[in-house]
Amino acid sequence: MKDSGNYQPYNYFQLMEVSLRELLVEKGIVTEAQVAAAVQEMRERTPELGARVVARAWVDPAFKAGLLADGTRACEELGIEVPSLKLVVVENTASVHNMVVCTLCSCYPRMLLGIPPEWYKSRNYRSRAVREPREVLAEFGLVLDADMKIRVHDSTADMRYLVLPMRPPGTEGWDEKKLASIVTRDCMIGVAVPASC
Amino acid sequence: MGGLPAGRVEPVEHDYAEWERRVDALMVLLSGIRGGRKLMTVDELRKNIEALPPDAYDRMGYYERWVTSITQVMIQRGVITSDELGRKMAEIEKRG
Amino acid sequence: MGEARFKPGDRVTVRKAYPLGHIRTPFYIRGHSGVIERLCGTFGNPEELAQQRSGEPKQPLYRVRFMQKDVWPDYRGDPGDALEVEIFQHWLE
Repeated sequence: MKDSGNYQPYNYFQLMEVSLRELLVEKGIVTEAQVAAAVQEMRERTPELGARVVARAWVDPAFKAGLLADGTRACEELGIEVPSLKLVVVENTASVHNMVVCTLCSCYPRMLLGIPPEWYKSRNYRSRAVREPREVLAEFGLVLDADMKIRVHDSTADMRYLVLPMRPPGTEGWDEKKLASIVTRDCMIGVAVPASC
Repeated sequence: MGGLPAGRVEPVEHDYAEWERRVDALMVLLSGIRGGRKLMTVDELRKNIEALPPDAYDRMGYYERWVTSITQVMIQRGVITSDELGRKMAEIEKRG
Repeated sequence: MGEARFKPGDRVTVRKAYPLGHIRTPFYIRGHSGVIERLCGTFGNPEELAQQRSGEPKQPLYRVRFMQKDVWPDYRGDPGDALEVEIFQHWLE
């Protein structure tokens, strides 16, 4: 319901957002400050948080074991507050590559990685990731070795998923900060793998 | 939606507008996270998105679907009324 | 109600039912069989929560592993490829 005139600051949905917010503020349900704080807070949640978790798991086997057993608890141990997140971490190995999708909507470990990318929410990814994962990965430029198995995780309920990629060769002796710098968001969704160069 | 035939995954990124981030924030707060008053569940959000017309995915953007759904839930729960919403929208439109 | 009936390793089948309402069991998996990978815990029933009801008593939620070749008749990947889906107990038998 877009207005065709050249004076119209809002489209219908933006108008709805402003109106809903003002009504909720008037009724004392939220404050503008709360909304602003929540917006800012979400801006600060970026894949860098997830990368820190991965880097720590790469250098600390005890942390990694804890992470695979209880993902949420391990994040909290690192000082990352993840309210409402029930995290399952799935580990890539020499024989298994993991990939995450939410076919029903767009569930994603937002508290750890921030707002998901547009393609993750797209009809095409959600339809095809479960059925033809290798073809989808190839479109992302990832071709797996012939003997690798793929495990696709469909986040249909309360759990959220993070892929723990394999630490690439050529990273021996790197500190956590440098390791984290090669862990991209796409590695943690499972459509890419970290590169050491 | 899983398993249905579909096209190439375009690795589209989207820089979210302020209003979209505010919709996201409202959802967080109304779910009772970050000190918000819990007035709805993510399940109601999803249900109302599922109830949108079949072409909603093509016609509407992600946060347009969200704001529609959240607003529907607020009306369903009696937090706001359709009348209040209509009047407020007209008022703001006039205000510009 | 609410007690976990299955354990990791159990073979289960997803019921074939197509009710109205908000359902978190994907269409593509209904009728298929797999193996319990883990019990995730108990959670409020989303079918009820979506209708503004409490979702209580909480229901056991499992991750179930399916082999892709069993789910898709034309699957072209590796026979060892798997699909893991969270399914509530009341959808499993």
